[in-house]
Amino acid sequence: MSSEPLLRVTDLVVEFSTEQGVVRAVDRVSFEVRPNETLGIVGESGCGKTVTGLAIMGLIPSPPGRIAAGSITFQGRELAGLPESEMRAIRGRDIAMVFQEPMTALNPVFTVGNQMIDVLRRYRGLTRRQARPAAIELLAKVGIPAPDKRIDEYPHQLSGGMRQRVVIAMALSCDPKLIVADEPTTALDVTTQAQVLEQIVKLQQEFQMAMILVTHDLGVVAETCHRAIVMYCGRIAEKAEIEPLFAHPRHPYTVGLLGSIPRVGEGEKQDLAVIPGIVPDLLHLPPGCRFADRCSRRQARCDEALPELDGGEDSRSRVACYFPY
Amino acid sequence: MTALLQVNELKKYFPVRGGLLRRVVAQVKAVDGVSFTLGAGRTLGLVGESGCGKSTLGRTILQLQKPTGGQIILEGEDLTAASPERLLEMRRDMQIIFQDPFASLSPRRTVAQTIREPLDVHRIGRPAERGRRVEELLQVVGMRPGVMDRYPHEFSGGQRQRIGIARALALNPKLIVADEPVSALDVSVRAQVLNLIARLQREHGIAFLFISHDLSVVEHVSDHVGVMYLGRLVEMAPAKEIYRDPRHPYTQALLSAVPVPDPKRKSQRMVLSGDVPSPMNPPPGCPFHKRCPKVMDLCSKAMPPVIDVGSADKPHRVACHLYS
Repeated sequence: MSSEPLLRVTDLVVEFSTEQGVVRAVDRVSFEVRPNETLGIVGESGCGKTVTGLAIMGLIPSPPGRIAAGSITFQGRELAGLPESEMRAIRGRDIAMVFQEPMTALNPVFTVGNQMIDVLRRYRGLTRRQARPAAIELLAKVGIPAPDKRIDEYPHQLSGGMRQRVVIAMALSCDPKLIVADEPTTALDVTTQAQVLEQIVKLQQEFQMAMILVTHDLGVVAETCHRAIVMYCGRIAEKAEIEPLFAHPRHPYTVGLLGSIPRVGEGEKQDLAVIPGIVPDLLHLPPGCRFADRCSRRQARCDEALPELDGGEDSRSRVACYFPY
Repeated sequence: MTALLQVNELKKYFPVRGGLLRRVVAQVKAVDGVSFTLGAGRTLGLVGESGCGKSTLGRTILQLQKPTGGQIILEGEDLTAASPERLLEMRRDMQIIFQDPFASLSPRRTVAQTIREPLDVHRIGRPAERGRRVEELLQVVGMRPGVMDRYPHEFSGGQRQRIGIARALALNPKLIVADEPVSALDVSVRAQVLNLIARLQREHGIAFLFISHDLSVVEHVSDHVGVMYLGRLVEMAPAKEIYRDPRHPYTQALLSAVPVPDPKRKSQRMVLSGDVPSPMNPPPGCPFHKRCPKVMDLCSKAMPPVIDVGSADKPHRVACHLYS
């Protein structure tokens, strides 16, 4: 995969002002997304994964948030600092977003059809009469049975899985080149999650889209992504292709995360590996490595300066750690 | 194995009212004929998806809701027949840990007040002794006694869950119902709390009814596992057996749907079609037949009986026509 990246994020810094001071939710994060690939952004609450997704969409609430530094280029065009009117032309059409909670992403007082037809008329310039069959076709594509009936239902009449499919159908309606999916299956039951993930992978191939999948679930990453970034406290801890990431995780945090997941079929009851301690407060970050306090490989150097990612842009596995595995 | 808890044909129906006179127009059969036994100091894991009745089952067992039918026998005494005074006494032996550590602790009470409340209610020990007991409990769950006078908002989710666990332990219960105790926690913190629960069980001999939607978590802490679907137990077996050799097609689908953090084990999964039917209007026959990949004619006609397909020392109960 050496094709020109579709999206390039360079040294992105996102800050929020709070009463206690300025919080840096994303701190010099760089990555790229190539056409047709799925990039996973994985990490625990507060690691900056969602904020990274929102920054790409130009949806950082401002104030209190702002993109303080760095650039986000999409097909060579700079998105950071773009006026809202221009961002609107890109958002939805070229880059679409799927949110975690499908009930809040849909408007409860309009039917599914009404909402989809709105999008199709606005972004694809269809007439109302053309838009309805197009909407039904999209609903069929995302695996909704009897789409010609479902289109006239309200969101509350649909199950969680169906709602998320509707949201995905809306995201697809303008043939976007990139989809940012923020925890798209977290609110769903496992069997429904399996259905929706399968559909997402299928659609991605069919529509030739790139995708950024933001999730806390390493299992979901392993099953759907080509490459992934592991984030911790606003920084990238590890960035790798999927196979090396799971076969030879290098950052102690990644190793710890993988060890703390109970796996089905392992049999005997036994203690899980544990990452001791808790995530540091973003307002009071140490000068050195942010994981040092919880790390078993900590040495004096770790407390002196932040480690940067090793290796070059084209290496299969990069890690920001002085003493990696 | 001496049974600590025995549940016989437990039912909990919720009436659905409608119309001008608010008459009962339907019943939601949240729990519909569940039976099992739980030995002292053992853990039964209950898994199932949203709306399968697992939380209702846990709450009904603790008598937080009155059952519609059936028996709940704790150490030989039927809770459903106990007087309110007797029930209060028996509650000492059974406690609950809730899912949401943000909602289950009163924001106006300090940690010490929260943990000692059960001791106050049951008038156990003198006030000074209660204070010492709180310190001791905090140590058991891995927190410093210095946090006693702090309020819940000062703690992270994992720490709050530890406070909730300390409260549940205050009365030395014999049974704890843990309703999704780690679902709201991050992975690395989840492991800490799971290990704590496993340790408490080993060291204090407490029996747990561990309710979760997450199969991997349940396997990790349970001796036996029961799988629920639409208010019924469709399969129950020793934890090892149910994961090694799942018999019910629903259990098989549920297991194969769990995303595995190993890219090499991609997609041998059994993806179910459709959604869980409404418990207000379950399909006739086997409740799972509309989604079952192995459905037969019989399945839509008759409710499958519960059959033991295991051995004498490893009972493996499954409710499926495939084995009858």
